[in-house]
Amino acid sequence: MEDDLAKRIASHPKYQELKAKRSSFGWWLTAAMMVVYYGFILLVAFDKPLLASRIGSGVMTLGMPIGLGVIVFTIVITAIYVRRANNEFDKLSDDINKAVLK
Amino acid sequence: MKSTTKYALPIAALIGAGAAIAAGADLGQAEKQATNWTAISMFAIFVVFTLFITKWAAAKTKSAADFYTAGGGITGFQNGLAIAGDYMSAASFLGISAAVMASGFDGLIYSIGFLVGWPVVTFLLAERLRNLGKFTFADVAAFRFAQTPVRVFAASGTLVVVAFYLIAQMVGAGQLIKLLFGLEYMYAVVIVGVLMMVYVLFGGMTATTWVQIIKAIMLLGGATFMAFMVMAQFGFSPEAMFAKAVEIKTGIAAKAGKPEAEAAAIGFSIMGPGGFVKDPISAISFGMALMFGTAGLPHILMRFFTVPNAKEARKSVLWATTWIGYFYILTFIIGFGAITFVLTNPQFLDAKGVLLGGSNMAAIHLANAVGGNVFLGFISAVAFATILAVVAGLTLSGASAVSHDLYATVLKGGKADSKAELKVSRITTVCLGFVAVILGIAFEKQNIAFMVSLAFAIAASANFPVLLMSVLWKGCTTRGAVIGGFLGLISSVVLTVVSPAVWEATLGNPKGSAWFPYTSPALFSMTIGFVGIWLFSVLDGSKRAAQDKAGFLAQQVRSETGIGAAGASGH
Repeated sequence: MEDDLAKRIASHPKYQELKAKRSSFGWWLTAAMMVVYYGFILLVAFDKPLLASRIGSGVMTLGMPIGLGVIVFTIVITAIYVRRANNEFDKLSDDINKAVLK
Repeated sequence: MKSTTKYALPIAALIGAGAAIAAGADLGQAEKQATNWTAISMFAIFVVFTLFITKWAAAKTKSAADFYTAGGGITGFQNGLAIAGDYMSAASFLGISAAVMASGFDGLIYSIGFLVGWPVVTFLLAERLRNLGKFTFADVAAFRFAQTPVRVFAASGTLVVVAFYLIAQMVGAGQLIKLLFGLEYMYAVVIVGVLMMVYVLFGGMTATTWVQIIKAIMLLGGATFMAFMVMAQFGFSPEAMFAKAVEIKTGIAAKAGKPEAEAAAIGFSIMGPGGFVKDPISAISFGMALMFGTAGLPHILMRFFTVPNAKEARKSVLWATTWIGYFYILTFIIGFGAITFVLTNPQFLDAKGVLLGGSNMAAIHLANAVGGNVFLGFISAVAFATILAVVAGLTLSGASAVSHDLYATVLKGGKADSKAELKVSRITTVCLGFVAVILGIAFEKQNIAFMVSLAFAIAASANFPVLLMSVLWKGCTTRGAVIGGFLGLISSVVLTVVSPAVWEATLGNPKGSAWFPYTSPALFSMTIGFVGIWLFSVLDGSKRAAQDKAGFLAQQVRSETGIGAAGASGH
């Protein structure tokens, strides 16, 4: 693409909005995923008895719902990003496309 | 043979060698079983079916774009299944379920590590890759840089990762076929080599994708059936299943002569973390290799170029994450099912109470227990088909690195015509096929437990930092990317060689002599890679550096908006 076109897009307010929104959203979610995963790993490393403690009267331990929870969290957080990107971000992209390429 | 089988207990490998059962093929040494004709016929049906698909795909594979990316015409849903297929290997199916059977919760910790890289791929890379790239991840990494050095680096990163991954898969295939089909190791390696060549040579990415999709559906379907049958036995109550498993584990420990209280503690230990995480540094380092390695695996990254646009690229990672997460939940249930159905049934045990064929047979015996001989054959065939599909994907990405990055861009300066490029990729495919077979045979008796974790560590320390920095950091220059990338590559390989898994377990040096005490190098080698890129970029005052930085704006605009991205058809 010509530098000229790139500059025109870059100065478009919607492009600025898209870039800022996507970048902060992406990094926040990345941070959230890292906190959850490394939190889980550190819990395993430093407090094994907590994860092995029973909940309820049977053999079920706290670790089981937490472990399963990390899997579900991973899928849900991906879904949250994809949903917003496929609607809001792509709409902004389309708007920019229309504005500069007409 | 007996002693080697025991050595191959997955959990021993998990704890001792830092292991890489999940994505790779740490199946260890296996005993040859009686020839299983049901399994062989099921596998033959799969092969015939996929060869028809290859024939259909071959008719559609005319240009380089068809070969590398199936013409960019795969939907997000299809690509998601294919990515999941690339990621769910035979060893993750057999190895994780066996690890769960042996130690319960620890198996879950392990599989979670393989899942958490996907959101990171989604948030930081997927759509940018799609917007900037055409055929290989080097297209993205070299977008605004001097082509030759960055392409040479990216091709090296690709080929090294592919080589280690391939060895693991080939050796796994040989061991698996001894276990499942009762055939010779050699046959397996040659069959995998030849079929993989046929898929890739004639059908390119289209055939590879569809083989991947079919295998993913078969694997998910089979595993779902097994998990369903297990849960049905317990009235769909996890509590009932866990309680029974704890009771059985306690009984086994008591039988082995443990006092009552200790036996109860051993039985209950499957419900919480055990010896998997030894020291926090190893745990974090290994976690980083898995999390960021996923974002640097060339055969996975390549899949993002098979979809028409960023929207489909995002959808494909969401589908992939969903299927892979679901699959790990299934393997967890299957592992507990194996405790309750397999460990209690003398039909599956030898005189000493050890699983026939080694502990990796947990899921296979469970298939027999819940679905009889035909289902056993089906699951065995699926396990072998799985290796075949993964190997085809790896070969394709290796071939693209040679033909697209080295031949077309470096040698021909980007002026190679599509026909010549296609020819080079086909020649490379044949070469890789031979290399894979030879390596598979050469490594038959080696302990290959470290190979997949090494592949992940290299991908995390070399490919991922270069990709991320080139896309997101304006100040990154050609020199920084190449030097930093190679530093990450070299340091991850060297640190792996001097870690206990290779230095002691594989090279046979005395215990405690390894220079690098941790399981995985990623924490250190990734840091070296990132710092290297940063330092050599900042110090770079060359003319080229100014050009690299000037190119950032255009690259960023395209990566964010997709304007100017290679179109759906790729022509």
